[in-house]
Amino acid sequence: MNQRPPSPYTNPYLAGVGLGLVLLAAFVIMGRGLGASGAFSSTVSWLVNLVAPAHAQANEYMRDYLGDGSTHPLKAWLVFEVVGVAAGALLSGLLAGRARLVVEKGPRVSTAIRLLCAFAGGMLMAFGAHLARGCTSGQALTGGALLNVGSWAFMLMVFVGGYAVAWFFRWQWR
Amino acid sequence: MMTPLFKYGLFGEEFSLLVAFVLGLGFGFCLERAGFGSARKLAAQFYLYDMSVFKVMFTAIVTAMLGVTYLGWLGWLDLDLVYLVPTHLAPQIVGGLVLGVGFVVGGYCPGTSVAALATGRIDAVLYALGILAGTLVYAEVYPAIKGLVNANAMGQVTLPEVFGLPWGLVVFAVVVIAVVGFWGATRIERWLGSRP
Repeated sequence: MNQRPPSPYTNPYLAGVGLGLVLLAAFVIMGRGLGASGAFSSTVSWLVNLVAPAHAQANEYMRDYLGDGSTHPLKAWLVFEVVGVAAGALLSGLLAGRARLVVEKGPRVSTAIRLLCAFAGGMLMAFGAHLARGCTSGQALTGGALLNVGSWAFMLMVFVGGYAVAWFFRWQWR
Repeated sequence: MMTPLFKYGLFGEEFSLLVAFVLGLGFGFCLERAGFGSARKLAAQFYLYDMSVFKVMFTAIVTAMLGVTYLGWLGWLDLDLVYLVPTHLAPQIVGGLVLGVGFVVGGYCPGTSVAALATGRIDAVLYALGILAGTLVYAEVYPAIKGLVNANAMGQVTLPEVFGLPWGLVVFAVVVIAVVGFWGATRIERWLGSRP
């Protein structure tokens, strides 16, 4: 897509201030923080409701995301926010010459294994995020800034869990 | 003028969806700028040679935390109206551990996977499909694990409330911890970067 070499990433503190100001804007304008995992719950509930409506509506978890049926399940705040995340990231990636079709992996791992790990990681992530009532965005970032007790406990455990197994998955990256 | 604007009825549900999209734009833009559309960059946090995840996350937390604190003191923001996810320690501790493992195995978290798939990362597409599959499994087993999910209900509660400390003191402590953390993270990066 882009011929020129990709631009270097923004300084982490500068990017962090930018992210913090977006989060602050969410607090001030909406009275809520950012999120991501909830959009996946809406999407799954909508898809299952298309294929097996009786089953989706009987399920305690999906029922919450389907509502009373008066509005479309995808007409949800987090779904619109996540569509914005995709658009914003694409804009930044195109401007920096970083948008390209590629599999992110180290030199020692095959593409098939890396893709399998990505899928498995996504499944684990979904489970963890739903158990915790939020992911890195909705819990760690949002709740972290609001000094939410559960969010700080959650954030600490994300790093504990990650560092505990990092060594076993080193071959994916180096 | 008092904020949060939405909670004071300045606009309705329909307009809030547009706000969601615009805030998402900013969120996604910052994530990609920071390099969080790359699993290698994100995973590096767990191997200590690039601590950008910690630096970006804690800078964002400190920025937003100071923002709500000052706006609250000025009387422009009613912090009681900002939604707090209820605290349930057991599921949040277990969930954090599982999510941390998923982060290392898959290389992304939900938000960063969206930023990555939007910029063409094929592994992020698989990761997002994994989230959808995992969410389906979670929904199916939810009735069986509901006890754990709803355990230790503490309601909407903050660290200053739980420890009986002034809000300002906890905010100050988090800033100090972050600054010391940034210094330490840079030391570790330099130390690991200087090794062959």
